[in-house]
Amino acid sequence: MAYSEKLIDHYENPRNVGSMDKNETFVGTGLVGAPACGDVMKLQIKVTPEGIIEDAKFKTFGCGSAIASSSLITEWVKGKSLDEAGSIKNSQIAAELALPPVKIHCSILAEDAIKAAISDYKTKNGQGEVEAAE
Amino acid sequence: MNELKAKPIYLDYQATTPTDPRVVDAMLPYFTEKFGNPHSRNHSFGWEAEDAVEVARGQVAKVIGASAKEVIFTSGATESNNLALKGVMKFYGKKKPHLITVVTEHKCVLDSARHLEQEGYKVTYLGVKDNGLIDLEELKAAITDETALVSVMGVNNEIGVIQPLKEIGAICRERKVFFHTDCAQAVGKIDLDVEDMNIDLMSISAHKLYGPKGVGALFVRRRPRVRVIAQITGGGQERGMRSGTLPTPLLVGFGKACDILSNEMAEENARITELRDYTLKKFRDRLADIYLNGDEEARVSGNLNVSFAYVEGESLQMDIKNIAVSSGSACTSASLEPSYVLRALGVDEELAHTSLRIGIGRYTTKEELDEAIESISVAVERLREMSPLWEMAQEGIDIKSIEWAEH
Repeated sequence: MAYSEKLIDHYENPRNVGSMDKNETFVGTGLVGAPACGDVMKLQIKVTPEGIIEDAKFKTFGCGSAIASSSLITEWVKGKSLDEAGSIKNSQIAAELALPPVKIHCSILAEDAIKAAISDYKTKNGQGEVEAAE
Repeated sequence: MNELKAKPIYLDYQATTPTDPRVVDAMLPYFTEKFGNPHSRNHSFGWEAEDAVEVARGQVAKVIGASAKEVIFTSGATESNNLALKGVMKFYGKKKPHLITVVTEHKCVLDSARHLEQEGYKVTYLGVKDNGLIDLEELKAAITDETALVSVMGVNNEIGVIQPLKEIGAICRERKVFFHTDCAQAVGKIDLDVEDMNIDLMSISAHKLYGPKGVGALFVRRRPRVRVIAQITGGGQERGMRSGTLPTPLLVGFGKACDILSNEMAEENARITELRDYTLKKFRDRLADIYLNGDEEARVSGNLNVSFAYVEGESLQMDIKNIAVSSGSACTSASLEPSYVLRALGVDEELAHTSLRIGIGRYTTKEELDEAIESISVAVERLREMSPLWEMAQEGIDIKSIEWAEH
């Protein structure tokens, strides 16, 4: 399968790999996917009191497209408000990385991961649940 | 895009093998000056080709302990398996409509069985133990008065385990059921003797044994005689079991490849076994949480199927693109399903996603393996640093205790 240069770049030089302390109140953690399905993404965001995502980290078990999708979304959400980050669509990720059709689910997983992280942050900070992506 | 930096290393000998240069040399004259149709009975061009075909038939027969007359040439093991299953069932099926095979067979056997089921034949699919081998008691229990054929592969293409052919043959002979075995991965890797093992039909592929692609054979026993209904009809070649002009150059190559095996197999397999054991040991010394899939003892020399836990197989392959291996990961298959062979062994799905098949063969060197071991290990280490599952495992969290949302 021929992958795009952007995808390969994110796979070979992934941005923002790492972990934050999930017990900190200013950290939101999203863990989505399932080992049995072959992909699990953990995406964490560090949020300022003003509601801006100042840092993002990920760890992903999955194919090259899953790793690249999570790397890309950590780049995109940095500096964004929670609402802006929560409105990123999987189709944007798929288009940016030129994902082949069988890999679209990787971009959906990345969208789920950021929504789950935002939801976790809001729950921790008493801002109520937001709808997780389906 | 990064260009390939070094000469790629081929470690996928179960997928196919390069044609041995000695085989190519033997074939070449049959493309040009010795181009005759082996079925032309009335001139020297035909006789010359026919002689070459019959030499090849003898060479193929010899490597499995058969007589030349029992070898039917086909286009490859897929055709041979189709002919064996459909051919036998359609001949004997009126009285004995039952076929027994195994869930870990090659797709072409399983798909032939499915087609037979759709036509009303009964099929039993035997499971395998967690080492990949069938349970002989289960086989005995599955045979009924309606069973015409048992089809069990000699060596599994993914995990390299060797089924107990002699024991299966003895059971089938005692119960008067024909025994077919797909030996595409077995010929040249293990000693085979159709008499000693009571094998009635055997599928062989040339390109898995350093011969050319596009040719194979089906051994069909003459005493006691096994009848098959031809699946390809026409001029009645190959004793009416498989029509079509024989591809003389391919057969000459196939024969030569078998002849080389007859002489060199024991030595070659000893060398490859040593390389395989060396490779596995190096991986085990360096990396934690790796698992060999399939029985460690009842296994062909050139197959290492290893799960590198917490690292998904396709991403691992992307990282080692200089090394040609195969993966049981879902992401490498069109169906997005992980390997059905690994799942049949009861390998956890998450481990099935992390498997690589490393195939060692005639031209593999220790230097190549050292490079591959290093490269794979570095990739596994890098990807584990990136894996949330590895992180959880290091923190002592059992990933099975988490409620995952399967998607």
